[in-house]
Amino acid sequence: MNYGFVTEYWPMYLSGAGVTLLLALFTVLFGFAFGILFAFAKLSKRKWLSLLASAYIEIVRGTPLLVQMLIVFYMLPTFGVNIPNLFGIAKFGDYTLVVIALVINSSAYIAEIIRGGIQAVDKGQTEAGLALGMSQSLLMRKIILPQAIKNILPALGNEFIVIIKESAIVSVVGIVDIMFAAQQIRTATYLPFEPLIVAAVIYFVMTFTLSKIMNYVEGRMKQDATH
Amino acid sequence: MLHIKDVNKSFGKHHVLKDINFHVEQGEVVAIIGPSGSGKSTALRCLNGLEVHDSGTITLDGEVLTHDNAMVLQDIRMKMGMVFQNFHLFPHMTVLENITFSPIYVKNIDKEQATQQALELLARVGLSDKAQAYPSQLSGGQKQRVAIARALAMEPEVLLFDEPTSALDPEMVNEVLQVMQELAEQGMTMIVVTHEMGFAKEVANRIVFMADGEIVEVAAAKKLIEQPQTKRAQAFLANVLK
Ligand SMILES: Nc1ncnc2c1ncn2[C@@H]1O[C@H](COP(=O)(O)OP(=O)(O)OP(=O)(O)O)[C@@H](O)[C@H]1O
Ligand SMILES: [Mg+2]
Repeated sequence: MNYGFVTEYWPMYLSGAGVTLLLALFTVLFGFAFGILFAFAKLSKRKWLSLLASAYIEIVRGTPLLVQMLIVFYMLPTFGVNIPNLFGIAKFGDYTLVVIALVINSSAYIAEIIRGGIQAVDKGQTEAGLALGMSQSLLMRKIILPQAIKNILPALGNEFIVIIKESAIVSVVGIVDIMFAAQQIRTATYLPFEPLIVAAVIYFVMTFTLSKIMNYVEGRMKQDATH
Repeated sequence: MLHIKDVNKSFGKHHVLKDINFHVEQGEVVAIIGPSGSGKSTALRCLNGLEVHDSGTITLDGEVLTHDNAMVLQDIRMKMGMVFQNFHLFPHMTVLENITFSPIYVKNIDKEQATQQALELLARVGLSDKAQAYPSQLSGGQKQRVAIARALAMEPEVLLFDEPTSALDPEMVNEVLQVMQELAEQGMTMIVVTHEMGFAKEVANRIVFMADGEIVEVAAAKKLIEQPQTKRAQAFLANVLK
């Protein structure tokens, strides 16, 4: 085993790690926003809306991310969706396309997290609120969501970690993330697997750190909740 | 002031309320008793629209309960407080916030006035020192007294109670019943589903005996407990009073 290559190639890993983290971050942010929409759509009393959201969630969760990403990446441009290189970022269009694909995927999972968090709040809370004359929206905003958020946040942190790992798939369409950097280094150094092991270590350090941070935040929230 | 006419309710094929007819006058305390599964809770929950009745009319002060008009429904719910078996306090709010929330956000009363009123209510239920506590820090009996104060803060015309003492440890039952008795003496209109026959007999004006989704017997409280007329009421009372 020979890990001497790291001293020469670490900048590629570093920028790859930056790309991975940024992709995951944007994916979680937009995934959360759309996840909220889909969650409420699924909880809606309007049958068609609820069915539509359910169908979306089931289809996304029932098909591989790789397939979803390739479809988005190759289909949107042929339908005339062309994203220019904004903000002076080379390949901005490609980044946007893979984020769209990741958001399509993660929003379905996040929608289920949010819906589950809301439904886990005791039904008695809703009844007590309604009996006090609250409107549905006041009840949701001030009674249900503040309690649901305690169920949602930990799962959301977990989803962030999942996205970091799953996002490795963007390397197949040429996005220079950790995985792509590892492949390039393999080619350059003729080392068969050492660059991959380094990539694995980087992924692990990122996810492990994040999960420790999550545990800490969760612990603090529990403390707050027990007063 | 509260009129219930020909109300029916089914859960699927299960006919749970059968032609319920019934009225409550202002200042009256009515106890609803009956075997488990007879439809007492369902009847109470239909009154403030937590369950949707299938047919019949429920009228409070001439206003007909409907699920088609959110404003009317909300208005009726504001006039009808409800106290649940399991309290259902809001765990993320202090006792004071639990009580002032709806007056402030639903009735648009200003915060100071709502706080003032809440403190008076807390004094009334004997919990002045708990204003800043969270529900998780209270005993069951204290929780239920807060729940009563919370319902009273909306200044309802009727208070509905669904087995308010059934989830309490025995030593806490009396503190809650006592608060309810004081309310009754102060003229509050109340409908109380209860298994506390002593309370029903002493505090209620009338008792409604339900069985199998029907109102089987209605009479003055003492009379119904001491001389039930129907076989089913006799059997039920013989069973619970022994
Ligand atoms: N949401 C529901 N869905 C289906 N069936 C229900 C529902 N709520 C109540 N029931 C049924 O309706 C019947 C009446 O229930 P209800 O809770 O009104 O009885 P109860 O008189 O309050 O009984 P208890 O003394 O045990 O509280 C029961 O058979 C119950 O199983
Ligand atoms: Mg009941």
